[in-house]
Amino acid sequence: MQRRDWFSFGSFFYWLLVLFLYLPILLLLVFSFNDSESLRFPLQGFTTRWYSEMLVTSGLIDAAKNSIVVGLLSSLVATALGTMAAIAIIRFNFIGRTAFLAVSALPLVIPSVVIGVALLILYRLVFNVELSLWTVGLAHVVINIPIVMLIVAARLAGFPDNLEEAAMDLGTSYWGAQLRVTLPISFPALVAAFLTAFTTSFDEYAMSVFVIGTDATLPVYIFSLLRFPRRLPIVVALGAIIMAASVLIIVFAERLRRVGSEQ
Amino acid sequence: MENRSRVAVLISPSAVFLVVLFLIPLGIMALYSFRAGAFGPESQVFTLDHYREFSRNATFHRLLGRSAWLSFRVSLLAILLAYPVAYFLVFRTGESRLFLLTVIIVPAWVSYLLRVLSWKVILGGNGVLASFLEWIGFQPGGPILIYSPEAVIVTLVYVWIPFVALPIFAALERIDRSLLEAAADLGCGRFEAFLRVTLPLSLPGIVAGFLFVFIPTVGEYVTPALVGGPDGIMFGNLIFSQFLRGLNWPLGSLMSLAMLVLILVPLFLVGRFVRLSDLAGI
Repeated sequence: MQRRDWFSFGSFFYWLLVLFLYLPILLLLVFSFNDSESLRFPLQGFTTRWYSEMLVTSGLIDAAKNSIVVGLLSSLVATALGTMAAIAIIRFNFIGRTAFLAVSALPLVIPSVVIGVALLILYRLVFNVELSLWTVGLAHVVINIPIVMLIVAARLAGFPDNLEEAAMDLGTSYWGAQLRVTLPISFPALVAAFLTAFTTSFDEYAMSVFVIGTDATLPVYIFSLLRFPRRLPIVVALGAIIMAASVLIIVFAERLRRVGSEQ
Repeated sequence: MENRSRVAVLISPSAVFLVVLFLIPLGIMALYSFRAGAFGPESQVFTLDHYREFSRNATFHRLLGRSAWLSFRVSLLAILLAYPVAYFLVFRTGESRLFLLTVIIVPAWVSYLLRVLSWKVILGGNGVLASFLEWIGFQPGGPILIYSPEAVIVTLVYVWIPFVALPIFAALERIDRSLLEAAADLGCGRFEAFLRVTLPLSLPGIVAGFLFVFIPTVGEYVTPALVGGPDGIMFGNLIFSQFLRGLNWPLGSLMSLAMLVLILVPLFLVGRFVRLSDLAGI
């Protein structure tokens, strides 16, 4: 930034926006250490008891475990499927390619509530299956496939396929070349895609709430806690942890994505 | 031939997923809007009753209109706030602009649910903002913002600003600086050059930013449920209650379809004139 611009109207506006964006997050962090059941000024002194109470709040640890398992499995499946689709999209020109691209982008633009009710009807009225973490996980795969495709396709478009051809000239099969050349080259993008998918799954509420059974994921559990005002500080402490973790994970994913596309 | 089988192997798993768990459910949902009921013998009766009810019920129309209008205002506000900042970053800062942009984008990576929640805590009747104002000696004389459409707007603008800043930034970055020099050489003032060169050229970024906000917010129901109160509920809340409270699934399906149309129509209209990938800046 040039020196004269530090004090300009533009930079004032910029820092005002930064303040607007970060203040709510900081407030949540501050109040997670506040020694009072009600979230209001003035602050009442420092405590870590909300963090330790998290451990004994019934259902919280289970919900966290559920979210981690659903997140890991659905992101793994979405990463595998989305990567394969990205290879097809970038390396081949085939009939139905445009149609596939259009359909696969739709989950990104259709409101979660619409996808949620459509899946609820499918699960309950067509297949007549009990709602469970499985039905949630499958739904998360659907919304994560497009995310993975976008990230991996961007990486694949960045390098030509002559390395694969070289590998095949040297006697590897097509699939061998994919495994030993394409996958290693796009590995940073794969990890970035997996992490992005995981955080998406971990945070998903609006669609999940329609297809969830009796076992809650963390967002669904947090929502159920909101009905008890006295538990709010615990929710805030939990939120502070999730926020910190998600920023770390995504910053890491973003670095990988950048590393991937700069080579 | 070889290629064809390779494509088939690569694409079919995700294609199956998207067809079975996305396209077919949307189709079935459309079919269910013609059923008398979701369960028991009623589910075998086909009827246009829900369509009749939907076309007559002024509350539904008002709520759908209000959702679109609220999302429109959110998108507009987010653009008005993000544009000057993106402009400042592109034209007034040097090497550091990518870092400064990242500072704005990072909050978008923090859990969506928790960012909405933080506003519930802030705006809450007895919450952070009210108690802070009281503490510094300012008497607002009543609850501030909470449980109102304005609270929904503030929260959604907060959530979506980073997603608007990004495409506008990308569009401004692509503008050829020599065009601005040419405008200056031809006697254009700075403001006129902005109106006649910069603004039109950044229009794709503005349109992209608008869609990035309008599309997800028009189907929103979580934020209205948390901070909206009775006057702040949106059409999404109506769909939610048809399924999880009122149990009128066919009517809910119809509402869901209406929502889908509301979103896909502007998307197709824009798609006819601009390539969406251009809008996304990829």
